[in-house]
Amino acid sequence: MRKGNKMTMVEKILARASKRSKTSPGEYVTARIDVAMMPENFRLIRSVIAEAGIKEQAFHLWDPEKFVVVTDHRVPPTTLSTAENQKLIRESAKKLRVKYFYDIFPGICHQVMVEKGHVRPGELIVGADSHTTTYGALNAASTGIGASEMAYVIHTGELWFRVPETIKFEIHGRLQEWVHSKDVILLIAGKYSTEVAQYKAIEWTGSAIDEMSIDSRLTMGNMSVELGAKFGIFRADQKVIDYVKARTDKEFMSVESDANAIYAENYSLDGSAIEPQVALPHNVGNVIKAREVKEIKIDQAVIASCCHGRIEDMEIAVKMLKGKKVHPAVRFYVAPASWEVYKEALDRGILRDLIEAGGMIGNPTCGFCTGIQGVLAAGERCIASAPRNFKGRMGSPDAEIYLASPATVTASAIRGKIVDPREVM
Amino acid sequence: MEKIKGRVRKFGDNIDTDTIAPGPVLQLPIEEMKRHAFSPIHPEFHKTVQEGDIIVAGNNFGCGSSREQATAVIKGLGIRFIVCESMARIYLRNCIGLGLYPILSKGVSQIFDEGDEIEIDLGKGEVKNLRTGKTASFEPLSGTPLEIFEAGGILPVLKKRVEKES
Repeated sequence: MRKGNKMTMVEKILARASKRSKTSPGEYVTARIDVAMMPENFRLIRSVIAEAGIKEQAFHLWDPEKFVVVTDHRVPPTTLSTAENQKLIRESAKKLRVKYFYDIFPGICHQVMVEKGHVRPGELIVGADSHTTTYGALNAASTGIGASEMAYVIHTGELWFRVPETIKFEIHGRLQEWVHSKDVILLIAGKYSTEVAQYKAIEWTGSAIDEMSIDSRLTMGNMSVELGAKFGIFRADQKVIDYVKARTDKEFMSVESDANAIYAENYSLDGSAIEPQVALPHNVGNVIKAREVKEIKIDQAVIASCCHGRIEDMEIAVKMLKGKKVHPAVRFYVAPASWEVYKEALDRGILRDLIEAGGMIGNPTCGFCTGIQGVLAAGERCIASAPRNFKGRMGSPDAEIYLASPATVTASAIRGKIVDPREVM
Repeated sequence: MEKIKGRVRKFGDNIDTDTIAPGPVLQLPIEEMKRHAFSPIHPEFHKTVQEGDIIVAGNNFGCGSSREQATAVIKGLGIRFIVCESMARIYLRNCIGLGLYPILSKGVSQIFDEGDEIEIDLGKGEVKNLRTGKTASFEPLSGTPLEIFEAGGILPVLKKRVEKES
């Protein structure tokens, strides 16, 4: 990019994708999409096209190198309608000649996308899933859209965007032991609201971010959407470059914000002062400190989903459970986010440790977060490492979902009630 | 520009997509799914809704999932306008994409009650409570979103493009 343009990372990506030298917040641009991803709602494409009166033979995939389909939400199917839908997905993938079709086995779409090298720094990526913001951890501008807009992208390879304002969150200092990136994002949701970034892009910066693993950053990219963000993007430091290069040979151009780029807001937080947080039902912004939660007994504890379920999350659980057991009144489900994570956890004995401590291992799927597996009965309470705690999301509308980091979830599983992990260790 | 009138259906803050289109019914056809719209908080909604009703809600309407069904069920129930303090980003895109008109207006949730009659002036960018006379302003759609809304949504736009190619 030319000097003196004063652009943020996201403005640069949108400028490149829309073939402009510069973009500014508020402008409408039509951008070429670098990668598009559809999870299990790919089943809708055929009916969307048919209802629009578009002839199936006239509808095609703009670039087979740039489109990915992952069957992940209801895996393996537990109902006949799901089985029929997944059969439809296979047929549609064949008809559209989808080259990168991951059927059932690899895992949750967002984890599959980063693991299989479909996400590269500096790219503009859309997915038919709200948590597509996850890839911001790898310096991509990535965001969620609906199925009809995805149909438009599949055929044309482009989409309109309103260039967002960028806000900067600087997390400086060093996170305390047993405090996770999840706690940072929950704290922000509670302190500044789940609309702090509505329609905006977040840049995550600061020494606490620099120190974070890719796994931890993926959690923050993932939950950027819970703050309303269109994008939640990180710098492409060496960790990012190494992670991506190990997974793809494709070339990429990472982006960096100009020193004089303009931010709509600047927030600065002392990472060392952040304590473990819990989001109470039924909203992600309903947050208090874990140590201030009063006697909330739990029936279920879950480490899974696109938000967690990575190797780091399971390492934390194993570390905490060493010499301890899951409380007898608690069902503790752990589901790795992908089969790559699953195999690594298997090879390293992590799954065995979890099972022996009283945990149950689930297969990679979105289902533990969305009420497909591990469904909650009326009156039950669950603490989960999931990104959302909406009423009824995991089963009965009369159940309660609490959100926390893997450490807080594990500590609570041990005690049978919600506790600060530092109390257990 | 036309004025639209309708009966107000009132909702609060943070009405999420799991509430509008609950996970367990997501695989049903829209015609069936719409009977479950808002069921976790308002199980009778589908029975009381009338064609042309207008939703008035608080902050962050439609937060959560990208599931387009959460917009499609509302369209299926005959609602074309959603007036709220603020709307979640993907939901807003899905409204435009399906040909619904999102109206964002600060203070709007305070001036309407359930059952009031609302008048929307798209030219002026104003909503009015016909019972109390109170008004609130909004920025009408413009640019690309307006073009897509006027075409009836993103799929009619795509259809035109596909037909042009062949």
